[in-house]
Amino acid sequence: MWRDTVLVAGKDLRIEARSRVGLSQVVPFGVVALVLFAFALGPERAPMAKGAPGLFWVAVLFCTVLAVQRSVAVESVDGARDGLRLSGLDPAGLFLGKAAAVAAQLVVLEVVLGAGAVLLYGARIEVPWLIVTSGLLGAIGLAATGTLYGALSAGLRVRETLLPFLLLPIAAPVLLAGTRIWQAAMAGGVPSDGTQWLRLLVVFDAVYVALGVVVFGPLHESA
Amino acid sequence: MSAHQGRSSPPESSRARWTVRVVGITAAVATAATVWLALWVTPPDVTQGDLVRLVYLHPGVAWVALYLAFGLAAGASLLYLWPRTRSLFWDRLAAAAVEVGVVFNVCTLVSGSIWGKPTWGVWWAWDARLTSTAVLLVLFLGYLALRRVPAEPEVRARRSAFLALFAAVDVPIVHFSVLWWRTLHQGATVLNPDLTPTIHGSMAWTLLLGFVALTLVFVWMLLVRYRIGVLEDRLGTGELDMALRQRQAEGAPDDEDEAA
Repeated sequence: MWRDTVLVAGKDLRIEARSRVGLSQVVPFGVVALVLFAFALGPERAPMAKGAPGLFWVAVLFCTVLAVQRSVAVESVDGARDGLRLSGLDPAGLFLGKAAAVAAQLVVLEVVLGAGAVLLYGARIEVPWLIVTSGLLGAIGLAATGTLYGALSAGLRVRETLLPFLLLPIAAPVLLAGTRIWQAAMAGGVPSDGTQWLRLLVVFDAVYVALGVVVFGPLHESA
Repeated sequence: MSAHQGRSSPPESSRARWTVRVVGITAAVATAATVWLALWVTPPDVTQGDLVRLVYLHPGVAWVALYLAFGLAAGASLLYLWPRTRSLFWDRLAAAAVEVGVVFNVCTLVSGSIWGKPTWGVWWAWDARLTSTAVLLVLFLGYLALRRVPAEPEVRARRSAFLALFAAVDVPIVHFSVLWWRTLHQGATVLNPDLTPTIHGSMAWTLLLGFVALTLVFVWMLLVRYRIGVLEDRLGTGELDMALRQRQAEGAPDDEDEAA
């Protein structure tokens, strides 16, 4: 299973490295979103710094939809999905590989958007490890749910419009937890509020990764 | 009157039809009794006045929307996914539960809103229960949107059941996250941990009857919707048969055309 995970993740990341769709389209879109949020909240820095945690995570969520669409799209041409089905790869490995590739892209995106939130919004981060941990856990959770929903909507002609509607409400706990952790990290002091939310993220990740490992086989077969 | 039309007579036995009718009549009677008790018999509240009468409606619809419809949809979807119990029955049941659940969910939000404006001073507050209810509504709507995508009944059933499973495991997480996020709603009145109702007399009985009446209304709507689901699927395959027959007729020998 782990070998298949590395193979699939390597394949997806290699496609991304060569096509640069993520770097040239998804990351810039995230930056555009950050700039638009700044326009919406006005030139004063105080409301922007206050809203920075939420705006950061909303931007990450929107970019997740794009990254997942892309992850599904690379399998939808040239009968690639049938090829994967016939390849004899372990479905659990397939799921973990696809999710790991999305998660890796999301981490890169979070670094860029996080820097953007600090530079553009003037967010002051007092407890950096909270930000790093929440970013990693959030990326795993979003990638796992995104990969599941991507597989679910893979064969649909209305995928582009249906996927955001289905995926974004599911990801609401990630947004809530991520925002609260960022707020705790910016407030400094005792990060106990933050660690409670970190536990929620861990549960979210565990549930969806486990679910994906179990159901991805039948899901992928039927899509 | 072609053979095709004759075939699409209601699919269920006369006993099933009889059950639907009995449930419907009982639900109507129970609802009427609740309305009568709620509006004329029970006294107005000391602090909330006539506004308290919403309490006979709101928790009942919320119970149906948040627990009954959701639980039924999740359970039926799981039973569909389980290979040994796989049957389109569970799929149609889940679909009917979600669709009727949406109606009750909207009623919950609307009745809560009507109560919230005079009590809290706002139509909407970002309270934990309100937010969970709204998220559940969006998840339900997503399920229905996926079902609207044209597909074979088996493919659609499988897809929908997976979606229901993914959404169902999210609901407790959403619940806890918004609970920590904020809470303003008053605690449960009847189903509190001690199971000792904090209201008394005619009000408690009316409240209880409201729960029963709304549950019966839900069951009746569920049965009717299930039947429509069976007929819809039958119509789908029936239309295909008819189209095939028409195409075959087009290819028939010329002398038949002239005779027609």
